[in-house]
Amino acid sequence: MTEERLTQTPSQTIGPFFGFALPIERGSEIVPGHREGAIRLHGTVTDGAGAPIVDAILEAWQLDETGTVSQQRGALARDGYGFTGFGRTSTDLAGHYTFTTLKPGAAGRSAPYVLITVFARGLTHHLFTRAYFPEDAEAHANDKILAAAGQRASTLVSVADGRSSYRFDIRLQGEGETVFLDFDA
Amino acid sequence: MSITQDEITAEIEAVEADAASLVAAGGSPELHPRRDYAPYRSTRLRHPTHELVRADPEEIERVSPAFGHSDVNPLESDLTIQHSGEPIGERMTVTGRVLDGDGRPVRGQLIEVWQANSAGRYVHKGDQHPAPLDPNFSGVGRAITGDNGEYRFTTIKPGPYPWRNHLNAWRPAHIHFSLFGTAFTQRLITQMYFPADPLFALDPIYQSIADPAARARLIGTYDHSESVSEFSLGYRWDIVLTGPRATWMEGEEAHD
Ligand SMILES: [Fe+3]
Repeated sequence: MTEERLTQTPSQTIGPFFGFALPIERGSEIVPGHREGAIRLHGTVTDGAGAPIVDAILEAWQLDETGTVSQQRGALARDGYGFTGFGRTSTDLAGHYTFTTLKPGAAGRSAPYVLITVFARGLTHHLFTRAYFPEDAEAHANDKILAAAGQRASTLVSVADGRSSYRFDIRLQGEGETVFLDFDA
Repeated sequence: MSITQDEITAEIEAVEADAASLVAAGGSPELHPRRDYAPYRSTRLRHPTHELVRADPEEIERVSPAFGHSDVNPLESDLTIQHSGEPIGERMTVTGRVLDGDGRPVRGQLIEVWQANSAGRYVHKGDQHPAPLDPNFSGVGRAITGDNGEYRFTTIKPGPYPWRNHLNAWRPAHIHFSLFGTAFTQRLITQMYFPADPLFALDPIYQSIADPAARARLIGTYDHSESVSEFSLGYRWDIVLTGPRATWMEGEEAHD
């Protein structure tokens, strides 16, 4: 470890015009919806006035079903079989996003979750959050992040809203504001 | 829309003065933009009002997706050959290295860029700027960093463009960059600018980084050794991604 650390390059907003550059084909399909064990993780992104954010792009990053980091190459490609754990999707005209994926296994000291990163015009810096799953209440009791989130921890837990479907709304500001995370170590 | 540039400029200066006074009082310089940055009006309803919750990254957050040369065709780093003709504009090379906080190369990771054409127009249906589209320029590039963390794009210099933040608001010329580090916590989306742009002082996006030295890190430098005789001009821009160190190394070089 060296004493002198280089200074990081600052963040800038993604702006409104990424739509022709960043979306990837079938980027929302971390696995195809027909795969055994596939779940839907979806929700709406809203601003401080409760209005849907129609120009956000979200990335999902997660462990596989066994709680292991996928080392499979080709995180941008979707061959219909592989699992890399990475997804990217834009919100639609209603501010809604959907990922199809597998429920991750437990990670070390944490309850299972999907890391979600939000980028949008008006966000000078992206926002990290975690989508946990409602059936893991027992594990949630020992999760450090949920403990640190205190009374707002419920904003990190998705809601089962159908067979193999979980709703995870993201509120950037105001009533029910989602807990966002700072990983600076 | 009645907000004037003078009002925006006064707000920009007030935030910079506030940040400087915090540094004078012993605080650290602000390395990233403020999330609640009034001069950039779109932040108003989109910044969290609660403090972020500090988190120790778990394993998944200490690694990055495994991108590779199977994801990106090497030709995607040349934005001037994507159509049948040459794009209009100043042809240039933008090159540099992606490093972590210890100065080690970030190798084998994805870099994506997007930009306006030389007239300041994006290939995006939401871009209403009445400047011409260039049938020979899409403004999208991708690359995978090399063994020394290096990247190289061939493109044309983007033009400045107007936006609706306030009356007569113009963005300085810039290229959008999206980067993955060795850890997902190093994920970065930013913009590279060009030296001596007269719009810097007026632009609430560039100025959203309140520390002058920090925002100056977004400006590429003209590098004559990267200019190609009778062909293109060269710019150099290095990018530093800091964050918690990765503990898991992918053994992937052999595959590429
Ligand atoms: Fe732009």
